[in-house]
Amino acid sequence: MKRLILLASLLLMPLAHANDLYQQLGEKQGISAIVEEMLYRVGGDERIVHHFDGVDIVQVHELITEQVCDVVGGPCDYQGETMQAAHQGMGITHADFNALVEHLIIAMEKHDVPVAAQNRLLARLAPMYGDITEE
Amino acid sequence: MLKRGLQYALVASLLLPAVAAAQGSKLLATGGASTIEGAGGGGIVPWATLSSYADTGEWGATVNLTEVQVDDFRLSVQGASLSWNNRLEVSYAKQIFDLSTIGGELEQNIWGVKARLFGDLIYGELPQISVGLQHKNNQTFALPSAVGATDDNGTDWYISAAKAWLNGPFHRTWVANLTARRTRANQLGLLGFGGDKSDSAEWLAEASVAAFINRYWAVGVEYRQKPDNLNFAVEQDWRDLFVGYFPSKRLSVVGAYTDLGSIAGLDDQHGWYLSLQASF
Repeated sequence: MKRLILLASLLLMPLAHANDLYQQLGEKQGISAIVEEMLYRVGGDERIVHHFDGVDIVQVHELITEQVCDVVGGPCDYQGETMQAAHQGMGITHADFNALVEHLIIAMEKHDVPVAAQNRLLARLAPMYGDITEE
Repeated sequence: MLKRGLQYALVASLLLPAVAAAQGSKLLATGGASTIEGAGGGGIVPWATLSSYADTGEWGATVNLTEVQVDDFRLSVQGASLSWNNRLEVSYAKQIFDLSTIGGELEQNIWGVKARLFGDLIYGELPQISVGLQHKNNQTFALPSAVGATDDNGTDWYISAAKAWLNGPFHRTWVANLTARRTRANQLGLLGFGGDKSDSAEWLAEASVAAFINRYWAVGVEYRQKPDNLNFAVEQDWRDLFVGYFPSKRLSVVGAYTDLGSIAGLDDQHGWYLSLQASF
């Protein structure tokens, strides 16, 4: 019985630590730095930079940071538009979406985010694909 | 042969970047490896994913070299593929099968076409579903004919489903692929098509599962059912255990330990598999 309880508690441990994703991303400050790195890389990517023409990049940085913080269970409350409304008519393709994901992954690597945390964040953002892209 | 192939690959890698300077947009490793029959996939199973990194509106190409060394045989493959729009893949492979112990050599050419029908490997609920064909021409039919094979050419048809789980078990990204293939090829077609034991095409199952340790390294297993059409020797299912390394979108290396069962009457063919792919 003792063994069973031990086993169960070992299995359930990941649930108890669910909120450590926010910590592993470096909390609000870390998330902000990762998003900044990502947007900096987007600025140099001719495949997708045109999607940001005429956009207030400081505001975009704030919104994405807020949203990521919210999505990973941090103490934030994303108040921006829905993903669908924010990207309507932009004609974002599968290739464009992948380009952004790639910049996010590289930004997380640069900030030494562990692979497990990277995957957990990507899995929470990937469902936005359908609302953001148009094909 | 490997040396000549490497020279081709080197020349191609010097020439092609000038043609297609921009690398494709698909995520690292998603267009990463080639099968021994030329199609994009794992080592022995064609996947629903297309080779190269060509995403929406993009073109991509690969050249690949594979060597398989088991107890009594050696398989050398040179292949190339062209992909467009993450939709269509055309591939070519030349296989040379050295009958090291028995003596002699078998050879065949394979042209392949694969089309993604719907779904996506990574995004959305549906798996990525693709259909493909592989037309194979045996160039050395005297031996296959002598051991009971019916035809020197044949066409395999297949349907594949592939899905990735970004945050799978152990918070790692996992990929699974299932393929159903209709074929009458004996030992890939190297021993001809159809035979004196069974001459009709049948549906066979193939499967792969892989886990990414990080985005550069993957480990996995593959399994491939085989037909058994010839009376002279039993043909058995294949399996392998592989490690894939994707240092960049330009290059991938896959190494595997393979169990190819009995081939042409020689049992327990185990050995090594090494495949290089360059993408453009």
